Amino acid sequence: MKRRNSQSLHALPGADDIQRVELENGITLLMRCNPFSPSVVISGYLPAGSQYDPPEKLGLAYLTALGLTRGTQRRNFQQIFDTLETAGASLGFAGSVHTVSFGGRCLVEDLPMLLELLSEVLSQPTFPPDQVERLRVQHLTGLAIRAQDTAEMASLVFDEILFNNHPYGKPEDGYPESIQNIRREDLLDFHQRYYSPAGMVLAVVGGIEPAKVLDWVNHHLGWWQTPTVPPAVVYPPLKPPAQDIRRHVSIDGKSQCDLVVGTFGPRRTDPDFFPAIIGNNILGQLGMMGRIGEIIREQYGLAYYAAANLVASTAAGSWEVSAGVDPQNLQRVIDLIRDEIACFTHQPVSEEELADSKANLIGRLPLALESNSGVAGALLNIERYGLGLDYYRRYPSIIENVSRDEVLETARRYLNGSGMVIVSAGPDGSAET
Amino acid sequence: MADDILRAQLPNGLTVQLKEIHTAPLISHWVWYRVGSRYEQNGKRGISHWVEHMQFKGTPRFPAGVPDKAIARTGGTWNAFTHMDWTTYFETLPADHLSLALEIESDRMVNSLFDPKEVEAERTVILSELAGNLNEPLFLLSDAVQKASFEQHPYRNEVIGTPEDLQNIRRDDLFEYYRHYYHPANALVAIAGDFDAGQILRQIEDRYGAIPPGKPAQNPTTPEPPVAEERHLAVSGPGETVYLQIAYRSPAAADADFFSMTVLDSLLAGPTSLNMFGGGGISNKTSRLYRALVENEWAVGISGGMQATFDPFLYDLTITLRPDRNPDEVLAVVDDEIKRLQDAPVSEQEIQRAIKQARAMFAYGSENITNQAFWLGFAEMFADYGWFSGYLTRLAEVTPADVQRAAQRWLPSNQRVVGVYYPLNGGPGA
Repeated sequence: MKRRNSQSLHALPGADDIQRVELENGITLLMRCNPFSPSVVISGYLPAGSQYDPPEKLGLAYLTALGLTRGTQRRNFQQIFDTLETAGASLGFAGSVHTVSFGGRCLVEDLPMLLELLSEVLSQPTFPPDQVERLRVQHLTGLAIRAQDTAEMASLVFDEILFNNHPYGKPEDGYPESIQNIRREDLLDFHQRYYSPAGMVLAVVGGIEPAKVLDWVNHHLGWWQTPTVPPAVVYPPLKPPAQDIRRHVSIDGKSQCDLVVGTFGPRRTDPDFFPAIIGNNILGQLGMMGRIGEIIREQYGLAYYAAANLVASTAAGSWEVSAGVDPQNLQRVIDLIRDEIACFTHQPVSEEELADSKANLIGRLPLALESNSGVAGALLNIERYGLGLDYYRRYPSIIENVSRDEVLETARRYLNGSGMVIVSAGPDGSAET
Repeated sequence: MADDILRAQLPNGLTVQLKEIHTAPLISHWVWYRVGSRYEQNGKRGISHWVEHMQFKGTPRFPAGVPDKAIARTGGTWNAFTHMDWTTYFETLPADHLSLALEIESDRMVNSLFDPKEVEAERTVILSELAGNLNEPLFLLSDAVQKASFEQHPYRNEVIGTPEDLQNIRRDDLFEYYRHYYHPANALVAIAGDFDAGQILRQIEDRYGAIPPGKPAQNPTTPEPPVAEERHLAVSGPGETVYLQIAYRSPAAADADFFSMTVLDSLLAGPTSLNMFGGGGISNKTSRLYRALVENEWAVGISGGMQATFDPFLYDLTITLRPDRNPDEVLAVVDDEIKRLQDAPVSEQEIQRAIKQARAMFAYGSENITNQAFWLGFAEMFADYGWFSGYLTRLAEVTPADVQRAAQRWLPSNQRVVGVYYPLNGGPGA
């Protein structure tokens, strides 16, 4: 218990302790051993996201992903979950625009079982008709709940407006009408066309040696072959709004409005991503939600939460400020956010703010990477964006090298010079436009 | 999981529990106070939570915003939670910044300012937090069910308080409440992480040792028996979805039946995790109620569970109905499943499964230093650390007869509250 071998144990993931293997069938496997953990996390994705959804069947990729665990050629729904739950293990799928992602965890002793199940649901799902119908009703109920959720609706409509005619503007989980259009045959067809080991990435992190993991992954997934190669997608060009676009989503009977104000931000691989995250941290994250939190929550007491977020993805990104506010204070909060953004794009951040933001972004790495799931997420991040196995070790110097001028230039590039999309959702109140 | 704890009590009454964990260069420091909504009086509902908010509003040494920045600079995180039985504050930081947590927490244990201007700004922040809660159908339903489940006991009240009381509470009320409950004899410091326990104990003595002791809080409540007869209530609000909530009195955490009920819950509604941070849970698709309700197309989802509380609280089941189903019919299906548990013992195999699930969830939670430090203090608020360290052993001792007896004792249909949320925009009750 008095072991204090911190230096060797505490190193951030890097090329010397991440194992990366490309299987013959195209699966990329990333592994890192955590000798202190009695459990294992698996996490990964396949390029089978909602960007392939036909417009009238939006939500198809999402339902296909959820349908994988509803039955396979070897096991029915109850048998699949009996296997998982008896072991105290979990396995779940979710759809996004580019990929279908999965995540699971189990005790070390149960990893072969979890990999076998993963292989089975990915390669041999049967989408039983009764299960597909049950899933549809469950999902439609989820969408009905979403329609009443002020935060979700503000975010959804914000994306629809900002990313008009782009896959990012369409909800991965679809609309009630599009979900009704989807037949079981569509799920079978989508699976056949887009599910493939080519392009699949799998991260395995926990109390197990990579050599053993590789054996088991080869055994359970190495045989999987498909003729499928998901086609490349050409994304339509995006144009920042020339002027403000204001929309209110009326949801009667609610006590509070949720608000999103924003525009485009950098893509994850753009060079100005790093100045942007440093700036965003100052604008609406650092401490009690940065400058935005300071003015809206701390000084004026107008909201329980008010923060800025960067959503930087592969094809595009957004830079958003969101808040939950009393309908009567909506316009005041919008004005305050606009003022803060104006200030942020007109004057450089202070030396102190810059230093605090950098220290925060670098200092939080050990906390973000303490758990198996944190490391698995980091490995996927490395692979998805081609960051290199030593990315987390280079990260401190990347952050340190950003200047105040770069933060200001980046803020101006995205937040100054065009309009904002401003969406609120909730009771009508005084939500004047 | 119970080993290697350094326990101490300072002369001023402060209890200390330390656990060295050297798997990551992190520490998590928690201060627990024996105060929460269970200690509140009529007219002051929500005062415990508001005091918690004011603890972030500054002391002479650490003015408002200064600790936020200091912690942010380390890359660490801090927060606080107010519960019915307790209020707790934590910092998780890189291990070489542990002294910062000790400085901040020992200082605000007694030196918070409660500046009147900050009190007023925080009033609207909390009202905004409450408004966010009131947007949620399940908050509205749970609030009504909780109120109907208790006549007198303060467990009937929401921790966040009522809009009326939040308008009326004054700065001096808050300050007096703070002075009454925030002192070493009513507190516990729990730290887990990458440190040397002996060394840290000396630092704790330096930081907290000179604070005057105060008097430990008296237990303000007596347990309330279950409702005398079955109660039904209806809540309506926006939405299209019908929810059904059924609440039974649950055993207090220190009651031996708590463990039998934990196994029962695992079989009936799926296992509930004790992990507050990270680790995640396990799905409940093979639980008896999921099979009976979701697989048979009465509902789209179910959940159930109980909290570890000082006094008996509630074991509740929450069911999201399919749009075409009637709550009374769904309730009858639930009753059939509960009757099965009352009429016949479950199999030993099912109990073993529940234990394996609990073991797995502990393993997942142990990856996270914040979670481990949480566990270190949590059980002391209603029992002692032995409750937590013996948790898996106690579960393993549960027999099929125990589960049957627990179902008979704690889940009688004539001693429960049944609430239904009827949406105004659709569903069978519209």
